[in-house]
Amino acid sequence: MYSFNYQIAKSVDDAAKVISKNADARLLAGGQSLIAAMKLRLSKPSDLVDIGTIKDLAGIKADSKAVTIGAMTRHAEVAASVAVQKAIPALAALAGGIGDRMVRNMGTIGGSLANNDPAADYPAGVLGLGATIVTNKRKIAADDFIKGLYETALGKGEIITSVSFPVPKRAAYMKFKNPASRYAIVGVFVADFGSSVRVAVTGAGACAFRVAAMEKALAAKFAPESVANIKVPEKGLNSDLHAKADYRAHLITVMARRAVEAALK
Amino acid sequence: MGATPYIGASIKRKEDYRFLTGAGNYTDDVALPGQSYACFVRSPHAHAKIKSIKKDKALKAPGVVAIFTGEDLAEAKVGGLPCGWLITDIGGQPMKEPPHPCLAQGKVRHVGDQVAVVIAETAGQARDAAELVKVDYEELPAVVRAGEARKKGAPVVHDIAPDNTCYVWGLGDKAAVDKAFAGAAHVTTLEFINNRLIPNAIEPRAANAAYSRSDESYTLYVSNQNPHVERLLMTAFVLGLPEHKVRVIAPDVGGGFGSKIYLYAEDVTLTWAAKKVNRPIKWTAERSESFLSDAHGRDHVTKAELAMDRDGKFLAMRVTTTANMGAYLSTFASCIPTILYATLLAGQYTTPVIYAEVTAVFTNTAPVDAYRGAGRPEATYVVERLVETAAREMKMNPAEIRRKNFIKTFPYQTPVALLYDTGNYEATLAEALKVADVAGFPGRKAEAARRGKLRGLGYACYIEACGIAPSNVAGALGARAGLFEAAEVRVHPTGKITVFTGSHAHGQGHETTFAQVVADRLGIPLEDVDIVHGDTGKVLFGMGTYGSRSIAVGGAAIVKAVDKIVAKGKKIAAHLMEAAEADIEFKDGAFVVKGTDKKKAFAEVSLAAYVPHNYPLDKLEPGLNENAFYDPANFTFPAGSHICEVEVDPDTGNVRVVNFTAIDDFGKIINPMIVEGQVHGGLTQGIGQALTEGCHYDKDSGQLVTGSYLDYCIPRADDVPNFKVGTKETPCTHNPLGVKGCGEAGAIGAPAAVMNALTDALGMRDIEMPATPQRIWRACQDMKKAA
Repeated sequence: MYSFNYQIAKSVDDAAKVISKNADARLLAGGQSLIAAMKLRLSKPSDLVDIGTIKDLAGIKADSKAVTIGAMTRHAEVAASVAVQKAIPALAALAGGIGDRMVRNMGTIGGSLANNDPAADYPAGVLGLGATIVTNKRKIAADDFIKGLYETALGKGEIITSVSFPVPKRAAYMKFKNPASRYAIVGVFVADFGSSVRVAVTGAGACAFRVAAMEKALAAKFAPESVANIKVPEKGLNSDLHAKADYRAHLITVMARRAVEAALK
Repeated sequence: MGATPYIGASIKRKEDYRFLTGAGNYTDDVALPGQSYACFVRSPHAHAKIKSIKKDKALKAPGVVAIFTGEDLAEAKVGGLPCGWLITDIGGQPMKEPPHPCLAQGKVRHVGDQVAVVIAETAGQARDAAELVKVDYEELPAVVRAGEARKKGAPVVHDIAPDNTCYVWGLGDKAAVDKAFAGAAHVTTLEFINNRLIPNAIEPRAANAAYSRSDESYTLYVSNQNPHVERLLMTAFVLGLPEHKVRVIAPDVGGGFGSKIYLYAEDVTLTWAAKKVNRPIKWTAERSESFLSDAHGRDHVTKAELAMDRDGKFLAMRVTTTANMGAYLSTFASCIPTILYATLLAGQYTTPVIYAEVTAVFTNTAPVDAYRGAGRPEATYVVERLVETAAREMKMNPAEIRRKNFIKTFPYQTPVALLYDTGNYEATLAEALKVADVAGFPGRKAEAARRGKLRGLGYACYIEACGIAPSNVAGALGARAGLFEAAEVRVHPTGKITVFTGSHAHGQGHETTFAQVVADRLGIPLEDVDIVHGDTGKVLFGMGTYGSRSIAVGGAAIVKAVDKIVAKGKKIAAHLMEAAEADIEFKDGAFVVKGTDKKKAFAEVSLAAYVPHNYPLDKLEPGLNENAFYDPANFTFPAGSHICEVEVDPDTGNVRVVNFTAIDDFGKIINPMIVEGQVHGGLTQGIGQALTEGCHYDKDSGQLVTGSYLDYCIPRADDVPNFKVGTKETPCTHNPLGVKGCGEAGAIGAPAAVMNALTDALGMRDIEMPATPQRIWRACQDMKKAA
């Protein structure tokens, strides 16, 4: 790890000011990706701006229409939240399946989304549920938020404050884990809103993406067999030691089918 | 004290309190006055010429004390690292032993090869300055795979081995084998790769070297499995230092699995540099460095054939293996794929003739050496994959074909040099069949099929040779070291005991097991016995811990020393009780005059030895302290039967080990709980080799692709089932405890059992290890296409 300056932000405005002025400063949320990258000397921020003590940033609100989660809410809190379990059980399950215990106790939803790791779980959750990402400047639809490999719509000095998820009729998330890292090789989030269905895939591409053909088929009939023969083209999918593109393409179909099965249970 | 209250008891480990409460003392915990820190500059290339090294900028960095390169070591006449075992090839020529410099001399030969050392006031400053050392490389093409090292035009790793060949070695009667094959009714043939593994001890390698000007002595703290061997190799072969002026301390060590047997370049470099800078220097490997620079394990390419008669009786076995040595010969690299591999190819069977030919090759990868099992898992994989495949081809039950060929009378001389002393292979197999509920397997398979899953069952009946010995035989086979063990039993005046053992514990629980042996033998409380190990300044000598040798060899040395204590105690007691020595017997912690109620407690006799007022000083020295060296008459031969049951999800290729039964014969067992723990660990690593662990170097660039836990998958708790383990005892006939050793057995039997189960589930002949979900899915796809 290279040496860096550490500061605690008193407010979102305070943090925004620092990162607007200094391009080499980074926000510290849960630190589960950033600190690891710093330890490997792959990341070299001049300053870490810790937003962990800003009270307004953490917490969960839920009603029958929506679940709103503060950016600094830890994965373990989302997983254990009775309100989330009741409103969107698939979202609680997704949070409970991220990383390991330490990651879940430290990692945050805002940090995960701002980082937008191609194999992270939350991007599939926000995209699959059509969530709204709320920042200190505006509200961004999930479809507009996720841009590319580690790339989001966040602008300079923009900080995620909360994420709002509409409550679906039913939903499920199925993940096929990389045996080593336990990140998603392929994760598929399926959400049925009655009039429409959303299917979002993580792990397979440069960033999370939706599968229109599956959404259309499931909107017509929300059943496993509707997606069983829909194959996402392997072109452009990730390919590595653990899973070549054709295997990932195959797993998308299998995980989608299983997610629908799980949602129907 | 009743008879043998400790041997056979599952006593909780004495050492765990300090480990679990953070009171352990590991090398990195050792802070010496004036401490400085080192960081090694390592090669980013698999193969390159070093054109220049510029260190001026780094020398000016904050906190830098000194920077040394290979040039400095060459000037100081620091030698290269030696190999401890000379293999003579089939033509009678010695193996090729290329130089193994501690810091690269003109060329780097694998990613992570050490090029320079930067010493600074803090570890962070050393690391920062290391980035400023500018090395100008001229990249060369690299070869990483064993199977490609000898191909025409392959890049040459060492000039002295232009065909990248270290040796071609053979064992067995080739002509007799060829003849048996010619007349066989059936031949089963398999070709496979035994995958390269990275050991991954929890505690990374670490060293802290200091020099004292006052008495011109060196002290090296190092995370190591055999401190005396480390000292001997370093002083006699590399640094030329007087052995008595070097103290090597291996304090608490957090796992080794073989990877910490060896003398490493970092240890030597720090010891040499400690005098140069007159400061203690500490280095603790980062995990990424461990991946790159620890000695790896396995990495064989093998063709194996088994000849049978029409009834499935084995007639002959023929094995051809290419073993990857990596870029340099690590300390015991040369004997692993030969002496510890080919000699095990008889397995548990009466195969009358066997021939094995092993070609060892150099590649641009990290050195390969012993890793848990060391040669024996590779041999078991060959034998047990062949036997299971043969059973399928012969339409025989896999248990039946094994029973038909089991060795049933002992001692048994194999055609590959070993003499098995005892065993009862049918007993472990029969018990394993029962515990694994093999009879109920068809029902479980049918139930799984209803869920769309494929179940398979696989066996492995392994043999291992532990406590490698005797020294004179090993010497004749090329060993450049002795293979005995040493012990000192120091009885204090009050009857309390400190035992100094040359064995070293790095997770095995010796402080408990060895204390059980001594307390039992002397009839005294366990808490009266402490075990000291890992310090050449305290322990008289030792060959250390590897090859499941500690209880069989180290334990036997302790018993010998204890018996000397008892013998001397009898003399003292005879004097005290005015009886003839022949009339004294030692029983339940007391010296008794036979047939009388006269006795002296052990502590009374020890006190008399140190306060010799009433003592036969004319005949006997005072004090009660004995040394013993034990050189075993033979190897020990643990054996067992493993049965694995897997379930495959054909849609994803995911595989679960749903049941694993291991019935082992470790001879006499001292602490069943510790043995069970060793078996669990071994099985987990064996399952890891079969399903999750695969070291992968990029074929072209020679970069280590699996250089972190993001890509290298060591098995976790949820990758393994609740093991069903048990033991059957046939005591070893030639050591005083009747023990055989248990540390490696799990890792030896499990890979073959898992892969036999997996190929059974898939209905396939073979699949490559590690059988990852992707590989299994692809195999399922190929199968579908073929069908």
